[in-house]
Amino acid sequence: MADGLRLDTLEIRLGGRVMVALDAHVAPGEVLTVMGPSGSGKSTLLAAITGALDPAFALSGRILLDGEDVTALPTERRRIGILFQDELLFPHLSVGGNLAFGLPPSLRGRAARRARIERALQEIGLEGFARRDPATLSGGQKARVALMRTLLAEPRALLLDEPFSRLDAARRGQVRELVFARAKAQRLPVLLVTHDREDAAASGGAVIELDA
Amino acid sequence: MSLLRRAPALTLLVMLGPVCAGLAGTVLPAFGIMPALGGIEPGLTPVSELAAWPGLPRAVALSVGTGLGATLLALALTTLICAGWQGTRAFRWLERVLSPLLSVPHAAAAFGLAFLIAPSGWIARALAQLLGWERPPDLLILQDPWGLSLIAGLLVKELPFLLLMTLAALPALRPGQSLATARSLGYGRSAGWLKTVFPRLYPQIRLPVYAVLAFSMSVVDVALILGPNTPPTLAVQVLRWMNDPDLALRMRGAAGAILQLLLTLGALGLWRLGEAVVARLGRAWIEAGGRAQRDAPLRALSFGAGALSALAIILGLAALGAWSVAGFWGFPAMLPDAITATSWMKQGPQLLSPAGDTALIALVATGVALALVLACLEAEHRFGLRPSARALWLLYLPLIVPQIAFLPGLQILALVAGVDGTITAVIAAHVIFVLPYVFLSLADPYRGWDVRHATVGHALGAGPARVFWRLRLPMLLRPVLTAVAVGCAVSVGQFLPTLLLGGGRVQTLTTEAVALASGGARRVIGVTALAQTASAFLPFALALLIPALVWRNRKGLRHG
Repeated sequence: MADGLRLDTLEIRLGGRVMVALDAHVAPGEVLTVMGPSGSGKSTLLAAITGALDPAFALSGRILLDGEDVTALPTERRRIGILFQDELLFPHLSVGGNLAFGLPPSLRGRAARRARIERALQEIGLEGFARRDPATLSGGQKARVALMRTLLAEPRALLLDEPFSRLDAARRGQVRELVFARAKAQRLPVLLVTHDREDAAASGGAVIELDA
Repeated sequence: MSLLRRAPALTLLVMLGPVCAGLAGTVLPAFGIMPALGGIEPGLTPVSELAAWPGLPRAVALSVGTGLGATLLALALTTLICAGWQGTRAFRWLERVLSPLLSVPHAAAAFGLAFLIAPSGWIARALAQLLGWERPPDLLILQDPWGLSLIAGLLVKELPFLLLMTLAALPALRPGQSLATARSLGYGRSAGWLKTVFPRLYPQIRLPVYAVLAFSMSVVDVALILGPNTPPTLAVQVLRWMNDPDLALRMRGAAGAILQLLLTLGALGLWRLGEAVVARLGRAWIEAGGRAQRDAPLRALSFGAGALSALAIILGLAALGAWSVAGFWGFPAMLPDAITATSWMKQGPQLLSPAGDTALIALVATGVALALVLACLEAEHRFGLRPSARALWLLYLPLIVPQIAFLPGLQILALVAGVDGTITAVIAAHVIFVLPYVFLSLADPYRGWDVRHATVGHALGAGPARVFWRLRLPMLLRPVLTAVAVGCAVSVGQFLPTLLLGGGRVQTLTTEAVALASGGARRVIGVTALAQTASAFLPFALALLIPALVWRNRKGLRHG
């Protein structure tokens, strides 16, 4: 049970009131879906796991990644990737620049990094897009770039904050499948937050409901 | 890390330390304590000397009258323009015309206005064409004893300022919805706006209004150009005493400076009282339910006055331009008989050194201010600090305490410390006034940046420093450069800090231009004031141009 993402009696309070309480384990390659109406603290939960929780909240319990306690680590040392419903591609960088931002510096040499980015673009069907302005991409293309940027950073877990809700019905299924397939292939524990039953069903994993 | 945490405290020290020290340095000599001049025993001699000055009642009346008059007019006009026109195409046009005028230095705008309204100015020349005058009318229009031209000079500059502050505050109030609701209930446009939007707007622009009032009461450069002479406004008289070769007059000047401070505080108190009265009357007016549907004359009046105000600055700049290239230009000709580059050839080289110092002071002062402001905002972001309403008051303090009240004291301290007359002292004094504007300009875009970009960056393994330098700063390039331009324009326009801390040894385009006020050398004034305007405009042009070039292939940043 040491592998994957473990939320050990996690509890988030705001001014004494318990917002979210969760005790869960997501094994590598598995998807755990957290459902609930808006205001039920879904985004707060994700902020706590990434380490971006507003100081107004109080957090107790532990977050374990492959057995390591990351609760006290700053976001950048947790290696937990996150995809929001907006792609949040950095608008001042090219598509390739966005991917390069995610690529760890341990991969050295300009040529090697470029080659890796080109290969990554190929994997998501966007070869030759490296120099493009992200603002000129379609919604589905942006979503794929955002996913690849996250994966290139070699995360140990993946969080999804309603990442498909902005896409139209046709794209939605494709992107969702791509995300789940890549996560499974890389044996990433995935935590999906959504209010869409279809997303939950497609994930094929356990579902937890939060109350408002 | 700990340095960043201390940034807000350091910023307050850099900004408010000199204000407090300067006030102390003014209070002591005002009560006879000035060891450098042998004044050791506290006493009331400077105060009684000030009281005995025969020009005092008139100087005080002028300061209070012109300050309150200009502020009332500017606020009323801003309000009526917004009430009558907000959300229309005409309003957007006026907004586009007025915004760039904010960067025109006060002194240049005042000179331009003088060139329009003087007895031999463009307006009189146009009338002469119609009425067949052969010589300029014998009227004391410029520097009139009532201070009317001074009020006009202040109004044309403060109107764009208040309008832009209003425009910044408006969107959060959703004025479109309120206005639509009011109009559907049968209210006229102006009345609907005044009754539903203005009461919520005023608290948001209260501090800028106070700054305008304090500034208008104690301004020196505009008063030197457009204000009366015998006696002048109190602030100008204080400056005369401070610059008098007879050092003993400095103590009287200090007493005058303290009086100026008290006058400003009194006027602010009076204004506060007026706010309460207007609020009371306003509530009664709202509850009476009058629809006031026929507001066409009021709308026409406010729009006309706004357009006229913009036109006054634009035509004033044109008049400066015309005089700067004029050969012989007799009355009542509308244009010079001959165009010549002589004035530019003669004055240009002499302006190079002041222009260089102007740029150096503006860039360093703005650079220091920008670094402090960015550090404050980043500290706010990283440590989750929540700035209080009091913090905003502190930010406005250097803009509300009259310059003439604390800069003389600062000058005396600089003298004692042996740093007076150095460019460093001038830069430090400029930072006091540049900082609030850089902060006000940058705070909203900085706080408005989508922090999920930071979360994504951190989740991709980037630390706080990398997120700041590689993501936040580049994405905020446009507002950062705009803040730099605002800072530079503020610095370029500073007269009193340069004059007092520079001890006459540091010359900028502004001190050069204002020094010409007492003479009648129109061609030289034209060249100098235009050079001053250009130096304030240039950073704005660059702030537009640089992001457009750097991000020419980035659609997502084109309107940010």
